[in-house]
Amino acid sequence: MMRSLAVAKCEMHVLRRNRWLLTATLIMVLFALALTFAGSAPTGSLGVDMLMVSVASMTTLSVYLTPLLALMISFDAVAGEVERGSLGLLLTYPAGRGEILFGKFMAHLAALTIAMAVGFGCAGAVAWWMAGVGLESLFALGRLVATSILLGSVFLTLGYLVSSLSRSSTAAAGMSAGLWLIFVVLYDLGLLGAVVMDSGGWFTQSLFPWFMVANPADAFRVWNITGSDGMALTSGMVGAARALPVWAAPLSLLSWLLLGFAAARSSFWRLEP
Amino acid sequence: MDKINARNDSDPVLLIKSLNKFRGSAQVLRDVDLKLFAGQRIALLGHNGAGKSTLIKTVLGLISADADKISICGSKPGSRQARSLTAFLPEAISFHPALTGYEQLGMFSRLANVKADLTGLLERVGLGDAMHRRIGTYSKGMRQRLGLAQVLLGRPKLALLDEPTSGLDPISRQELYTIIDELAAQGTAVLIASHALTEVEARTDRIAIMRKGYLVADDTLAALTANAGLPTRVRIRARGDVAAIAVQTGGRRINGASVEIEIQTADKMTLLREIAAMGEAVADLDITPPRLEDLYRYYAKERLQ
Repeated sequence: MMRSLAVAKCEMHVLRRNRWLLTATLIMVLFALALTFAGSAPTGSLGVDMLMVSVASMTTLSVYLTPLLALMISFDAVAGEVERGSLGLLLTYPAGRGEILFGKFMAHLAALTIAMAVGFGCAGAVAWWMAGVGLESLFALGRLVATSILLGSVFLTLGYLVSSLSRSSTAAAGMSAGLWLIFVVLYDLGLLGAVVMDSGGWFTQSLFPWFMVANPADAFRVWNITGSDGMALTSGMVGAARALPVWAAPLSLLSWLLLGFAAARSSFWRLEP
Repeated sequence: MDKINARNDSDPVLLIKSLNKFRGSAQVLRDVDLKLFAGQRIALLGHNGAGKSTLIKTVLGLISADADKISICGSKPGSRQARSLTAFLPEAISFHPALTGYEQLGMFSRLANVKADLTGLLERVGLGDAMHRRIGTYSKGMRQRLGLAQVLLGRPKLALLDEPTSGLDPISRQELYTIIDELAAQGTAVLIASHALTEVEARTDRIAIMRKGYLVADDTLAALTANAGLPTRVRIRARGDVAAIAVQTGGRRINGASVEIEIQTADKMTLLREIAAMGEAVADLDITPPRLEDLYRYYAKERLQ
């Protein structure tokens, strides 16, 4: 653990100095504020407060943005060291490869946590200042921050996986972009196509919700939407989400996190610097 | 100057027994045997692609090999125990450019679980003024010095240095060898892979030469010289009749005033007595024993088993 902390400390220095921490936080703040201001219109007609509408918009934003930020932080973690030529020396030290990877994970997770907490926190503060917030919407905001961090951590491990599999940073960046496209865009399009073809049949009724929650990005969405009635009101995909037991989405995300880290560790283990 | 018994320990720090390594179908290490004892400094020579770096990486456990062929103080290469006993200075060393030298060394010391005087170490290698600057601003020589500082962390039993003087100016090279001598004096077995023959000639106890994956030589400089039977060159500058001296000594004239004679080391004193007897006819004398360069050429080219 001490060794992981040593790696994490250096990674935090790097994230701070290459402005990643600042950039990620700024991106989150800007998007969250924009959505809070832009989303303040429909509150009256739906009967929920401003923050609840904003959290619904930010959930959709987070599905796209969080995996992207996480992959951009993590794709270079191993491939960058290989390309720079610094991995060989690092691996001659008596730290396990899992310890090194976990150290990087802790630092990257801390950076994501800061970006999410500050970004979504700003949105909450603005909504409270402009219109006041209810307890339920505050709770929804907290859940959004926590699940965003969990979603980010899943994609951090997937970033390490592609980073260990590719021999150069460029290849790792390309693979990360592909991964993002698959999980966030193509998977949903595929499911949508299947549902349209099936036109409300057996697949749509029983299998579709499970297919949906198997994708970590959708699991994140399901978790947030089914979490509170206000959120359900403000988004459209309630039907499918309600067909699932409450543990489905958390289980999906946690399994992805554990499996992702195990896969990344195993491919890093096989790497010859 | 063999320091083999400096540790009073007959077990070698590094023991390699008939090590073979394949890369695909190509064999890059062939039946390599090597022993390295505490306090000993060995130079590992060989052309590019001879297998030096592969051998070093195998000892470090960075590339896999039959685990029972290599032992570092009894531990398997790549094991936590072996890694905590071994220090490594890679060729073309590289660090993250955003970290400072002090931070980087601090991380290494925590990874090695060693409490070290980081400032003192960085001053020792000449980075006292630059330790809090980012490594991105360092020259190649400064990165090499930082690499050396991490070798000095925690008194390693075995130090593997791959081209340690590349990128260093002549003064820094001298300082580096002084530090290597100190390492050896405290009982570290040091292996230096190098192309800088004249440097390692004077500063190591043993020379090992690799060629196409074979270890073709492994002995002291004196023993290698004796085995190779390479001639010592004696050059005489004549004051008077050059031709007469050439006939008398059996040498050959190489210009108007000099004669060069190639003799075996054993015959050197006999020849010197003859020359001394020539008195005033000899103006000057140069003796050139075979250099490591000659030995290297001999072993690396001729003696493939």
